[in-house]
Amino acid sequence: MSIVLLVEQVLNGLQFGVMLFLMAAGLTLIFGVMGLINLAHGSLYMVGAFAAAATAAATGSFLLALVASLVAAAAAGALVELTVIRRLYDRDHLDQVLATFALILIFSEGTRWVFGSFPLFLEVPDYLSGSVTLPGGIEYPLYRLTMILIGLAVAAGLFALIAHTRIGIRIRAGESDREMIGALGVNIARLYTLIFALGAALAGFAGALIGAIQSVQVGMGEPVLILAFVVIVIGGIGSIKGALVGAILVGLTDTLGGFLLPRLFTLFMDASSAMTMGSALAAMSIYLLMAGVLLFRPTGLFGGP
Amino acid sequence: MRAETILNAALLAMLVAVALWAWTADEPFIITLVTKVAIFAIAGIGLNLALGLGGLVSLGHAAFFGIGGYAMGILASHAQSYTPLMEWPLLVEGTKSMPVIWLVAILAGALTALVIGALSLRTTGVYFIMITLAFGQMFYYFAISWPAYGGEDGLPIYVRNGFPGLNTLDPIQYFALCFAVMCAVLLLVARIAASPFGLALSGARQNPQRVQAVGLVPYRLFLVAFTISGAITALSGALYADLNRFVSPTMFSWQTSGEIMIFVILGGVGRLFGPVAGAALFIALEHVLGGLSEFWHIYLGALLLVVVLFARGGLIGLVAGREVAHD
Amino acid sequence: MKFTTLATAIAIGASAIAAQAENVKVGMITTLSGGGAGLGIDVRDGFMLAVKQAGRDDLEVVIEDDQRKPDVAVQLADKMIQSEKVDVLTGIIWSNLAMAVIPATVAQGKFYLSPNAGPSMLAGKGCDPNYFNVAWQNDNLHEAAGAYANSAGLTNSFILAPNYPAGQDALTGYKRLYEGELAGEIYTKLGQTDYASEIAQIRASGADSIYFFLPGGMGISFLKQYADSGMDIPVVGPAFSFDQGILQAVGEAALGVKNTSQWNKDLDNAANTAFVAAFQEEYDRLPSLYASQGYDTANLLMSAMDKADVSDTQAFRAALKAADFASVRGDFRFGSNNHPIQDIYVREVIKEGDVYTNKIIGTALEDHADAYADQCSM
Repeated sequence: MSIVLLVEQVLNGLQFGVMLFLMAAGLTLIFGVMGLINLAHGSLYMVGAFAAAATAAATGSFLLALVASLVAAAAAGALVELTVIRRLYDRDHLDQVLATFALILIFSEGTRWVFGSFPLFLEVPDYLSGSVTLPGGIEYPLYRLTMILIGLAVAAGLFALIAHTRIGIRIRAGESDREMIGALGVNIARLYTLIFALGAALAGFAGALIGAIQSVQVGMGEPVLILAFVVIVIGGIGSIKGALVGAILVGLTDTLGGFLLPRLFTLFMDASSAMTMGSALAAMSIYLLMAGVLLFRPTGLFGGP
Repeated sequence: MRAETILNAALLAMLVAVALWAWTADEPFIITLVTKVAIFAIAGIGLNLALGLGGLVSLGHAAFFGIGGYAMGILASHAQSYTPLMEWPLLVEGTKSMPVIWLVAILAGALTALVIGALSLRTTGVYFIMITLAFGQMFYYFAISWPAYGGEDGLPIYVRNGFPGLNTLDPIQYFALCFAVMCAVLLLVARIAASPFGLALSGARQNPQRVQAVGLVPYRLFLVAFTISGAITALSGALYADLNRFVSPTMFSWQTSGEIMIFVILGGVGRLFGPVAGAALFIALEHVLGGLSEFWHIYLGALLLVVVLFARGGLIGLVAGREVAHD
Repeated sequence: MKFTTLATAIAIGASAIAAQAENVKVGMITTLSGGGAGLGIDVRDGFMLAVKQAGRDDLEVVIEDDQRKPDVAVQLADKMIQSEKVDVLTGIIWSNLAMAVIPATVAQGKFYLSPNAGPSMLAGKGCDPNYFNVAWQNDNLHEAAGAYANSAGLTNSFILAPNYPAGQDALTGYKRLYEGELAGEIYTKLGQTDYASEIAQIRASGADSIYFFLPGGMGISFLKQYADSGMDIPVVGPAFSFDQGILQAVGEAALGVKNTSQWNKDLDNAANTAFVAAFQEEYDRLPSLYASQGYDTANLLMSAMDKADVSDTQAFRAALKAADFASVRGDFRFGSNNHPIQDIYVREVIKEGDVYTNKIIGTALEDHADAYADQCSM
């Protein structure tokens, strides 16, 4: 195992992590401000990917496809918030889980109804395909590198938005005291819709970016959704910083676990059972990580008490 | 109270009536559906003990359901192939006897729930939902990757296991058995709820401080409830595996946890018979809507939404009024 | 859902086949909703096309959706056997569902015709005279890929598959005939969508070719990411990842990839030409491998119905075993364990106009049977 390969795996873990962050940021914001568990967040990711694929097929432009993913997911998010989600804010988590579970069913089968049962096509544009050589002779796909940069840029933008803008102040105020900002004359209903749409747009954007190198298909959102939940729980629910740290931790654990564990097992068992055992353990690794973190910090790394 | 009691009796009567009608009309599939209702109801009753009485929102009960299923699958597959389960340090043979399988399922479920509960109960709220989900996922991935018992292919058992004095292969007899188990579990949970432990648990859900003040430890109350809950759900997993004569990692999937939770919420959280009503409604819907359209999940989703948004207290709450709901 | 299709023979057929007047009821359990629905829909459409073409009124088909859940499939099978009283079951796509349904079905004396799944257990120790596989034994296409690698001079393959039984069988199948070295062997997570880590390992391994079995969306993801990695060693796979249904989603990334299949739309025989044309006419899309298997399954069944009554189990079994029908894949016969003995071809992904599709470039294995027939005592 060479150092180059290991560095490449770390980059892969990082790339996976920043994409998870795009999903997790919305989830954690929505939970932090509105106290809502949204299982349908993965559906918005899927909506973004499908919108991007449809737009790319119609126009041939990847940039337009990305824009479409943002718009479509934000619109779907706002629509769902206005019709269903806002009735759930004062309910307990149980009702929220069930209602958003129902939304998953509707979104998934609805998408299949509109787009059919076969995966859609979305590809990396020519100007982002191929690989670049990084210092140290590491050859790395340009698109993945771009994804890392975009993810980090979005994270920086989000931090700036929350720290320095008026809406950011309101979001922070909403997290600490809901009645207070209402009393201050902020239109809470509109603020909530806005935050929900923002979270949805981020998820849709992630869906479009990832859709270009994966399969755009119905049900693509659920596995990512569960990972995003793991991320925000590790990071501490409501904390954007926690989401970033958690996402990168999960990304690295998953990638490096799948890479290193089977190799570790070959040290004391034969190759083929080491492969199966190692892979089995690697598949469980992020859940072990999460259980471990919660045992020592029951509210996550950056969660409040 | 009264309306709910009548409703509960009517529910049980309806299940039996449907099964008997299907039996006389020679519609064995309907009997299978009603049996499925009884079995899922048991899983829901198990979850409801943690969820309704203890307020523990577990999204990982599929772990116990699956453990019960695999207890049946592993024991029966060894009996089927006449290979011992283990030879050292003591010889353990497989078995095709339901009572033994149930006992193993209950013990395995309780033990797993004890460990998962002991760890998970350190957290509360959303963290608890998510950590139970994570444990469920661990079992799921383990079951898929572990080749000894079929991995993702699952484990077929060719003949349903036996119960003394019954021909379990006969649908109506197996239904009777599952129905009896369901009634026994209902009785057990009713007694638990009315016992000092149940009252303390209920109190701990509403106000942990107050319970602490009288010298009880909420953590222990919750842990005991979670353990019993896991054991009951594992029992239903064993029954379900026998209904299908097949176990697979799907039993561990998070969608299974979600469905068990849906039975509870549809019926009414904290209502003793809630899961029975919920499971009956869900399976009836699945059966009817599935016949209407290829895209029946949309209708199912819409219906669930309506229940959550407009029929709080679930089916039983809707019919019996909200006065006896736990809160 | 349930479409009860009485294959209405518009009066003409009715008297012609009056000699075999006994009706046959077929239960089709297949995946029509959720993620894997494309495969089930193709099997159903291929099957129903053959039924429609035959236009006979002694065949009734009941179709139900298993949602790709083994427990649902088992319950549907019970329903079809107990309530619908079907004579023949068919339709299941996935091996794990097949394992859940088939043993119990044949144990109750019903026939099962598999249009897709072929788990090794049912080809070997668990074989049954009432179970016929009309597609392939699961290992077949992988074995063919191994044989192709030998003939193409590939000597250092990197192989990968998901960590589940069918994935383990796939790599075993490849290694069975492959004579070269292995540059590496990886089991990925089932449902995994990111293969950056695996691709990096392949790059570092110095392999001269890749063999992968990653059905459905997993294969799409892998191919796109591989194409984007800048590597250009040849990729070989089984037909499942290059099928008509998903090829459009892979796009250019799949061009030139060699894959093994027992069927392709350009196979030159009369039955196939007619099938491809009729399928396009009926459904307005190109038929897939799965559609061809569904079509063959229906034709096999109807060929047996012409020879024997389904109630005469012995005779009907013999009629099925004779496989006296015009298969769209050309020569087709059953081995001793009721699994196909057939040619397996090598295809290459090409672009025809705007549509990605396959063309046959050679034969990997001729008259190939499966490796488990010896274990079947029947």
